[in-house]
Amino acid sequence: MLYFDRVSKEYANGNKVLDNISLTVHKGELVSVVGHSGAGKTTLIKLLLAEEGPTEGTVSFHSDNIHELRGNDMTNYRRKIGVVFQDFRLIPNKTAYENVAFAMEAAGKHDDEISEDVPHVLDLVDLKSKMHHFPHQLSGGEQQRVAIARAIINRPEIIIADEPTGNLDPLNTYDIVQILKKINDLGTTVILTTHNKGIVDNLGRRVITMEDGRITRDQKSGKFTM
Amino acid sequence: MKTTLTKRIVTAGLRGFYRNRTVSLSSIFILTITLSIITAFYLFHAIFTYTLDQIREKVDVRIYFTTDATEEQITDVKAKILGLSQVKAVTYTSREQALLDFKQKHAGDQLTLQALDELGVNPFGASLSIVAKDTSQYEAIANQLTKDSPLLSSASGAVDQINYYQLKDSIDKLNNIIGWVNTVGFWLSIIFILMSCMIVYNTIRLAIFVYRDEIAVMKLVGASNMFIRGPFVVEAILYAVVATIITLVIFYPATIWFTKKTVFFFEGMNLNSYYLTHILSLSGLLLLSGLLLSIISSLLAVRKYLKV
Repeated sequence: MLYFDRVSKEYANGNKVLDNISLTVHKGELVSVVGHSGAGKTTLIKLLLAEEGPTEGTVSFHSDNIHELRGNDMTNYRRKIGVVFQDFRLIPNKTAYENVAFAMEAAGKHDDEISEDVPHVLDLVDLKSKMHHFPHQLSGGEQQRVAIARAIINRPEIIIADEPTGNLDPLNTYDIVQILKKINDLGTTVILTTHNKGIVDNLGRRVITMEDGRITRDQKSGKFTM
Repeated sequence: MKTTLTKRIVTAGLRGFYRNRTVSLSSIFILTITLSIITAFYLFHAIFTYTLDQIREKVDVRIYFTTDATEEQITDVKAKILGLSQVKAVTYTSREQALLDFKQKHAGDQLTLQALDELGVNPFGASLSIVAKDTSQYEAIANQLTKDSPLLSSASGAVDQINYYQLKDSIDKLNNIIGWVNTVGFWLSIIFILMSCMIVYNTIRLAIFVYRDEIAVMKLVGASNMFIRGPFVVEAILYAVVATIITLVIFYPATIWFTKKTVFFFEGMNLNSYYLTHILSLSGLLLLSGLLLSIISSLLAVRKYLKV
């Protein structure tokens, strides 16, 4: 469902962060992308979110080149992917409930559906009791769970999690990974970038290793090796 | 669908306005200052126009007739002059009225009045005072009033003198002042308004700068540009409405104070009652300016961060 075809990304200062990347992600997979800082993991995610465009090659979702999408097509594409960031990126002046509801409102869902689904999903990430808290009233782990709830609320086809546990302690890390695993078990494709060896080894799923903007290893059921 | 979208945008805008009170207050404060500048210029223009009208009313071209001019001759000249396109009004002052006016003017001057009595006859001729539609037209009118012009043909011998040429200097000076004040006032108001527009734009831009990361997140979770812009526009509308109300409220006591202070200077001009009678058009002007300023500033500021 997701195809990188000979993708390179070079910045104006000549810094090449992705070099001839080709890869395919199938429906229902849980893919971990690992590598040192500066290996190109985050750029890969930015290209997927169409935050940035490639210098060469194409990134396609089903049959659409995502960097050619404009206006409504781009909005619709983004509604099919759920994103979780390392720094959570919640909207600070909205409560946990409103942050999650925002994604549904943006997608034009009905009020009834919103008032039914949001508490349900917040319950799923174990935050129902804190749904009227603002982000600054929540711990890092709780904020990340709100971000996951927001990412899954519109039942996206893919969840992209960029270092989702980077700012969390081991206990919260474990919780977040379990939630992502559960989401994947229910059929959603998950792409996860991480530094955390423990997570990757425990998952026992596909691992893509990146180094200096290239894919150096792609294993069906891999371990964290660098 | 559209109703739901509008409802969500309005709710988000109201919520944002309330939750970001400090930002809202500073935007309203700056917008109020801008609207106050506009109001001040509006009122200044009224005072200026009023003062000019007062001066203009005192300026006229006057035709003095000899004492033996008949009333028919004068009425005939009056009718002809009224036919001129530049003429606003022609007032007839009879010989008797001229005498009465003179006596009233010199009521305390016994010597002059005695001299007048000794004459035994009324030495004053009748006169016609001509008021032009615009001060710049006095010269054109005067040029048509030479003693041998067809306008005065029926009373050719009865015209004693025409006093435009004595007034010419002051009329020219007045015209120069009006032109100068108009030009300076126009450019001054443009400069002030442009300056305050820039300040409003920058304040709103800074307010929205705080939200740049949020806007990016909204885009990434699939919000359309309209859904993101909408609440900012609602907030901008609220800024404009509140700033307009505050400005109108501030200027009410201000005009009362100003009227009290200047009652002797601008004789007959009551700025407060002018303010009250024009409050509807002024509110319209302020609201429109406020809305345009804040909405355009918001849209420009948000646009920058929508390019994700």
